[in-house]
Amino acid sequence: MSVTAKTLCEDEFFYGHKACAGCGGSLAVRVALKVLGERAVAVLPAGCMSAVGFNFPQLCFGNNAIISTFAGTASMLTGIEAGLRAQGITDFQAVGFAGDGGTADIGLQALSGAIDRNDDILYICYDNEAYMNTGIQKSSLTPFGAKTTTTPVGKNIRGNLRPKKNMFEIVAAHGIPYAATASIGYLNDFLRKVEKASKIKGTKYIHIIAPCPTGWGTATDMTVEIAKEVVDCGLWYLAEYENGVYTLNYEPKQFTDPAEYLKKQGRFKHLTEEDIQTITASRDAKWEQIYKTFQIN
Amino acid sequence: MKPFLREKIPVALSEIPETPAYEAGYLVTKNAGWRNIRPVINKEMCVGCLQCYLYCPDGVIFKKDGKVAIDYDFCKGCGICKRICKLGAIEMEAEK
Repeated sequence: MSVTAKTLCEDEFFYGHKACAGCGGSLAVRVALKVLGERAVAVLPAGCMSAVGFNFPQLCFGNNAIISTFAGTASMLTGIEAGLRAQGITDFQAVGFAGDGGTADIGLQALSGAIDRNDDILYICYDNEAYMNTGIQKSSLTPFGAKTTTTPVGKNIRGNLRPKKNMFEIVAAHGIPYAATASIGYLNDFLRKVEKASKIKGTKYIHIIAPCPTGWGTATDMTVEIAKEVVDCGLWYLAEYENGVYTLNYEPKQFTDPAEYLKKQGRFKHLTEEDIQTITASRDAKWEQIYKTFQIN
Repeated sequence: MKPFLREKIPVALSEIPETPAYEAGYLVTKNAGWRNIRPVINKEMCVGCLQCYLYCPDGVIFKKDGKVAIDYDFCKGCGICKRICKLGAIEMEAEK
């Protein structure tokens, strides 16, 4: 049986940090470290979690943690893993926590290289769908229609013009030993995936949706509900990739209305009926592909 | 190890390490001042399901006597615990 709230390690390894109230990213980091335990060596590139975790002398990680270059999360994980192994240390897990920008834009090359070498590392991408730390700029994981400071809303353009990059399947296409998607709205699923990943040798990748109240324009207490709703309305899915097979972990019986999910957020307030139909159509196309190529759990 | 508050705050140049490394879990400030509202647990209604403990982004809810308690030094008052509690055992009260 996988770890649950009752059996989870009681120690906190990410505590006293300066993340905004209701931060989804910090919840993902906190919970993942509770699963991995004290012997996790964390690597954090430039991004929210390094900005809120390391304000000298306020150092909020209880385990070993280091800030890497923005592009070099996976490279530094490789180095840490190789260095500790060379010293004869075996009971550790090198884990990286990068945001969506640090994974899908800036750190993609280093991540691709690490997967290619099949280094024994765990890479967790907490996806808040824009560069939140620097003031909400668009990344390649920002969804269609979202308002950011670099995709503003005006007379001619209504937010982001491009769809969200399919990072999970890009990583899986490398033939990685283990990749998964998750949401902070479904933490038991995430706990199970982190635990499973920590026992697999080779490169592991987990992509977790982590809403950001500041950037998404939601109330601080809505973070978890929004993360649940994005899965329930079908705009995100919980899946795994292992041994060349995609598996869907959770199939909503009936999708909730995406318009309701979108209208709760300040970044989507401007969307027209037509925009919402575009989003719903792309969701349906995605699920058609999921039903064709994924095994349903 | 859980990070904890220390008494000593390094300020002078001689107290700051030359190498860019420092002790893990070294806290010198609280986050309590961020809060306008505070969660209060109704001990009679709480059944210790631990969902608030699991979903707290700051990890300030901890197990105590089969139920839960809150570390108000670091709670930011986001209100996720109140939303997650199915029994309605957590209320948000204004800070005075």
